[in-house]
Amino acid sequence: MSESTTTSGPRSAPHAAAGPSPADTRPSAGPELPPWQELLGAALLGAARRRPPGGSTTALLDAAAAQTVRQRAGAQPASARPAPAPAPEDPRPEMPEAAARRLAWLLAGRHRPGGGAERRTASPDLAELLPQWLAAADEAGYAAPAEQVPTLLEAARGRTDLRRHALSLAGPRGRWLAGLNPEWRFVLRSAPPSTVRRAGSTTAAGAAPTGAEQLLWNEGLFAERVAVLTEVRARNPRAGLELLAAEWGSERAEDRLIFLDTLRHGLSTADEGFIEQALADRSKNVRATAAELLAMLPESAYAARMAERARAHVGLDRCGGTARITVEAPHEVDAAMRRDGVATAPPQGQGQRAWWLSQLVDSAPLGGWRDRLGGRSPAEIVALPVADGWERELHAAWCRAAVRQQAPEWARALIGPPTAPLAHGPGDPAKLLTVLPDEERADWAARFIAVHGLSEAFRILGVCALPWSPKIGTAVIDALEIARDQGSYPWSFSGVLGLAERCLRPSAAERLTPLTAVPDESGDGAPGAGAYWAEAFQRLVTTLRVRAEMYAELEVEQ
Amino acid sequence: MDGKQVAEAVDRGEERVRALAPDAASYTAADRLAQQPTWSEEDAGRDAVWGACKGSGSRPYRIVVDLPSGAAHCTCPSRKVPCKHALALLLRRVREPLEGAEPPEWAGTWLAERRERARGAGGEAERPSQGSGRSATARRARREARIAAGAEELEQRLADLVGEGLSSSERGGASWEETAARMVDAQAPGLASRVREVTSIPGSGERWPERLLSECALLHLLDRAFLSVHAGSAAIPPPLAETVRSRVGLTVETARLLSEGTDRLHDRWLVLAQREAEEERLTARRTWLRGCASGRTALLLSYRAPGRPPEPRLPCGWLLEEELVFHPGAAPLRAARGEGSAPPRPAASGAGPPGTSPLGALRAYGEAVRADPWLEQWPVVLESVVPVPPSPGSSERWQLAAEAGESALPVASRTGGPELWRLAAVSGGRPVKVFGECGHQGFVPYTVWSGGEVVAL
Repeated sequence: MSESTTTSGPRSAPHAAAGPSPADTRPSAGPELPPWQELLGAALLGAARRRPPGGSTTALLDAAAAQTVRQRAGAQPASARPAPAPAPEDPRPEMPEAAARRLAWLLAGRHRPGGGAERRTASPDLAELLPQWLAAADEAGYAAPAEQVPTLLEAARGRTDLRRHALSLAGPRGRWLAGLNPEWRFVLRSAPPSTVRRAGSTTAAGAAPTGAEQLLWNEGLFAERVAVLTEVRARNPRAGLELLAAEWGSERAEDRLIFLDTLRHGLSTADEGFIEQALADRSKNVRATAAELLAMLPESAYAARMAERARAHVGLDRCGGTARITVEAPHEVDAAMRRDGVATAPPQGQGQRAWWLSQLVDSAPLGGWRDRLGGRSPAEIVALPVADGWERELHAAWCRAAVRQQAPEWARALIGPPTAPLAHGPGDPAKLLTVLPDEERADWAARFIAVHGLSEAFRILGVCALPWSPKIGTAVIDALEIARDQGSYPWSFSGVLGLAERCLRPSAAERLTPLTAVPDESGDGAPGAGAYWAEAFQRLVTTLRVRAEMYAELEVEQ
Repeated sequence: MDGKQVAEAVDRGEERVRALAPDAASYTAADRLAQQPTWSEEDAGRDAVWGACKGSGSRPYRIVVDLPSGAAHCTCPSRKVPCKHALALLLRRVREPLEGAEPPEWAGTWLAERRERARGAGGEAERPSQGSGRSATARRARREARIAAGAEELEQRLADLVGEGLSSSERGGASWEETAARMVDAQAPGLASRVREVTSIPGSGERWPERLLSECALLHLLDRAFLSVHAGSAAIPPPLAETVRSRVGLTVETARLLSEGTDRLHDRWLVLAQREAEEERLTARRTWLRGCASGRTALLLSYRAPGRPPEPRLPCGWLLEEELVFHPGAAPLRAARGEGSAPPRPAASGAGPPGTSPLGALRAYGEAVRADPWLEQWPVVLESVVPVPPSPGSSERWQLAAEAGESALPVASRTGGPELWRLAAVSGGRPVKVFGECGHQGFVPYTVWSGGEVVAL
């Protein structure tokens, strides 16, 4: 293709062609002109002080104009610096166009203030919708459009709650860009596991590390090594362990901590030997993590040792007709206990012996208590009285064990009925709920709200599966309506309202629509509250509709 | 009339002049100035007086006063109305009456314009096009005369600056600001913005003296060229004369262009980019088009006032099939769309127009600069270039490097970081097609094509 058609240069060129020439030398083809530096020197000094080239200010300016035009017309390309290595291919599909537009809209609006806690408008809060959109798009397995990757990285830089999914969507292109821009260096420090897993999906499950992975593990940056380890561990836990074990002694303490933690996924008794060694690590944090991992393996020697210790301090007393649990807290922490991660110094406010006891019970496999306590089920054990006021300590330790060991039967027994008075249970109901199956969790939460209202429901709702089951949805909306009718202001419930925007099913919009009308002002309510409630419900409805559109655009089911 | 009567007449006259003065200091200064031997070309005719007064510059200021209205015109930079020169001239005529002369051209033009405006009282004609054909022509002539006077004044200021030395320019530029304001008054926005550019350079970053000399030289070139065009010199060929006029700010009105323009081209025009910028309280919208058959590039430029709704956007990669009329000039680029254009539609292919290499882009700009020396940049499409970011921590500029070979275009430093990172993200280190403007300050990217998709940066 000829130059004239590709660049459509000017159609007339009144001067003779001056060939392109290097910019800085400013040679004079055509009429002889004083060199640029001479002109500049004369102009700086002042033509009135010394006779300028050409003899007058006009001649000086004439020559400078000619030189300027020559220099501009004859500019040469610069020599190219080495280009960055091309970004790795992203195997994920592009998202539908409507979804890409939605992302741009959400990202552009992410700084728009939501109005704060006191007063918000009826329009949806984009800052709330963005994280949901990112999670849904990421889970749907899409890659972000390349032109939006820089904005995604900026968003992830400003808001850590967006990071995981934003970086995952940004994918290999995002990591490539982060290598070029120091402001995005945080991307390289945080390993986005889902991307790594998907990017590695070309490697069959169970496969050993590829040559490239082995090389990256041996020579890569920390974040790259974490990514490789996570990926290999995900498809072949044993290979991941071997990778880790090979160089273990030479890793830095803080790296060891993170590497060890990757074993949490795919943890099995095959890992026990390695983790047992880590109990003797030089770093206290590594030792604590090793103990925690071993406690998750009920068949491990460590768990057996802890069970043994716990049993020695907790027993069953059948004297006097009714069975009860007796506790004899430890009097000392011996060297073997210390080696198993038992900490000597209690946290502030807790007695020394109670602290030691709770650590032993925390880490002892819950399965062992049936034998120890007369063949009773968890519910029966929790129902037993505990002597000498140890019940609270003991039950709290069991709660932690139930969460850590993911023991639903124990969690169910410990959490108690949702109708029980608040702050009665030994453990954190929100944590215990996470151990229960989704449906049971939702059921418990819905009944809890029906009895206790919304003021304590925030954390409970926070652990319920998304989107909320119709049961929770109904319970929350009913509770909001009751709160309105009692004359409170909606911003007393801004936390739950925010959650509802995120978690209600779009179908709940139907149930909400009648509530968007301003109710008649009741005599005892807070003045004007009705209008605020109508606005809050309106926003909720709008948000639910936008969310429904969002998921439709992503072509995913919510 | 005896001596006493004369004295009384003079006293009354002086009182009338004093009443015209904007403040006491002006009158005192005018009184002193009226007694200086700095006056020439003085005379008076029917209802008008005129004269020239040597000021601090090398060229004397020229003053005209319309007596019935008291309206005065002076080429001095003062913003006082009337200025001390006009007051002094009136004092001189009060003390030494003259009459019966025909005004010279420079005075006559202003007087004619002034009286014409007074006749259109109430609805003072703002736009030359609103008058009758003959008076519109006359108005244009008068406007050009004012611009020419401004250009003369600028020449003097440039000569003073270069005479004193550029290093003196770091100290204050208030008088230049006045000059720029007077260029605006003279409806020469092109000159005004160049004057402002010149005044913004001293002390502004690296190598400012070089940039200042270049800008002064180009302003000088434009002054000289305009004065030459204004004088009817044949030294400047017609297309370049049109360029000079439009660079000064005398652009052809769209309606006249559409009816009289000769450079017309019907084509399928691909939208290359659309950008908006705030300019002097207005929003300027630039749309670059590439003719699919002709390969020619066109620029549509429109302004809108704050609060006015924008016209619908023309998205990158869409097609307009219509006739464009190009503004006349040595490097014609700006064009206007006629009425009744067909609605734009998306192009069938997202591959983008054919492009050139970094060297080709510089050549295209170079060719255009040879035609229009005041050209800052020229629109080009670059084929297969890879964006190269600066190495972290360095002060390097971004580059657009040719896919094969070692040549690259530096990116202009005014390009925004987000745009460049978006460009890099789209490229992913692979060659892309980029549309932008190539100029002496570097390349400014606007649009990128990659994998059949077009992305506006």
